[in-house]
Amino acid sequence: MYAQMVKSEATNEDPEKLAAFQARIDAGEKIEPKEWMPEGYRKTLIRQIGQHAHSEIVGQLPEGNWITRAPTLERMAILLAKVQDEAGHGLYLYCAAETLGVSRDELTEALLSGKMKYSSIFNYPTLNWADIGAVGWLVDGAAIMNQVPLQRTSFGPYSRAMIRICKEESFHQRQGYDIMMKMAQGTPEQKAMAQDALNRFWYPSLMMFGPSDKDSVHSAQSMAWKIKINTNDELRQKFVDQTVPQAEYLGLTIPDPELRWNEEKGGYDFSEPDWSEFFEVIKGNGPCNAERMEARQKAWDDGAWFREGLMAHARKRAAAKVAAE
Amino acid sequence: MSSEWPLWEIFIRGQHGLNHRHVGSLHAPDAEMAVKHARDVYTRRNEGVSIWVVPSAAITASSPSEKGPLFEPSNSKVYRPPTFFDIPEEVGKM
Repeated sequence: MYAQMVKSEATNEDPEKLAAFQARIDAGEKIEPKEWMPEGYRKTLIRQIGQHAHSEIVGQLPEGNWITRAPTLERMAILLAKVQDEAGHGLYLYCAAETLGVSRDELTEALLSGKMKYSSIFNYPTLNWADIGAVGWLVDGAAIMNQVPLQRTSFGPYSRAMIRICKEESFHQRQGYDIMMKMAQGTPEQKAMAQDALNRFWYPSLMMFGPSDKDSVHSAQSMAWKIKINTNDELRQKFVDQTVPQAEYLGLTIPDPELRWNEEKGGYDFSEPDWSEFFEVIKGNGPCNAERMEARQKAWDDGAWFREGLMAHARKRAAAKVAAE
Repeated sequence: MSSEWPLWEIFIRGQHGLNHRHVGSLHAPDAEMAVKHARDVYTRRNEGVSIWVVPSAAITASSPSEKGPLFEPSNSKVYRPPTFFDIPEEVGKM
């Protein structure tokens, strides 16, 4: 989701150790950083938590785009707080990944070189204020679907980061829905903007959960390790079932002519997103991939003198303190 | 020389006269900046009234593989919890 298509690593280790490790996970024990773990578990987690962290950071860009153009001072303050939360979520997750033996700089460099990915959703543009509503409502709504079960994940630092994030995430979705309510109750033009935002963000939001599990070779191992708790299809179904009534309340139409309630399964039938589009976006060919990477690269390069300067200052002060003693 | 800021462990005292509690970690060039960053990263919703920052490198941890022998002395002393002793009802509250 925020971590899509995370490849799980094969593990070639002592079967006895592996069995004991699996037994701990099955018993619901948390695995902590210094404890023994299979190399595949460690590598898969670095990839997944890293991708999740990168998504939080890159995810600031589409919303940051509208901070200075928010319609009121209150909306601006709220959006600023929301974007600041995303930075915080990125930091919680980077720290969790670092407990696995990868450094922050390595993670950043892997993002910038394209070796590590971030969620496909952030490669779509936010064209107007209604999009900020749609992002909070749909994108953060989809994120919550995935993150709530991940609070129970087997790796202690990841689980604790998820618990902190979930406490804050509900604010994000509600502020988005609040924007959508205001737009939907506004002038016909404003309501049309809300509908247009829903039209553009609906399928990209469904893509956030990743391709169907039928095509996912990595799900089984990750689920056994409790790195992944639900299948992609389960979460997508849950998201649709929850979101349709919310759209109805707004008086907006989900852009899917096939959408209908299925009494038998107790959920909606709906159309799959265009997966060829998803794979194109993942490959780097989405509408905003280049722009997002450019912005991250620029922030990294422009911040270098500042990071180094503060470090030089800290070393100088530490040396002066030693000299004075 | 690497310019990556060192890692700090962050401890926060919540509102209710509790101990400082470990909440996570972050990178900062020095202790002063670590406190400022901790304010922004870990107390955006009034989670604390006081912050401690400790260089992660300064922490010595017990080894997970010695968990058994390390805590065994406490495991075997079943008489430490008060419920070990049966006090007759006639004695009253104790």
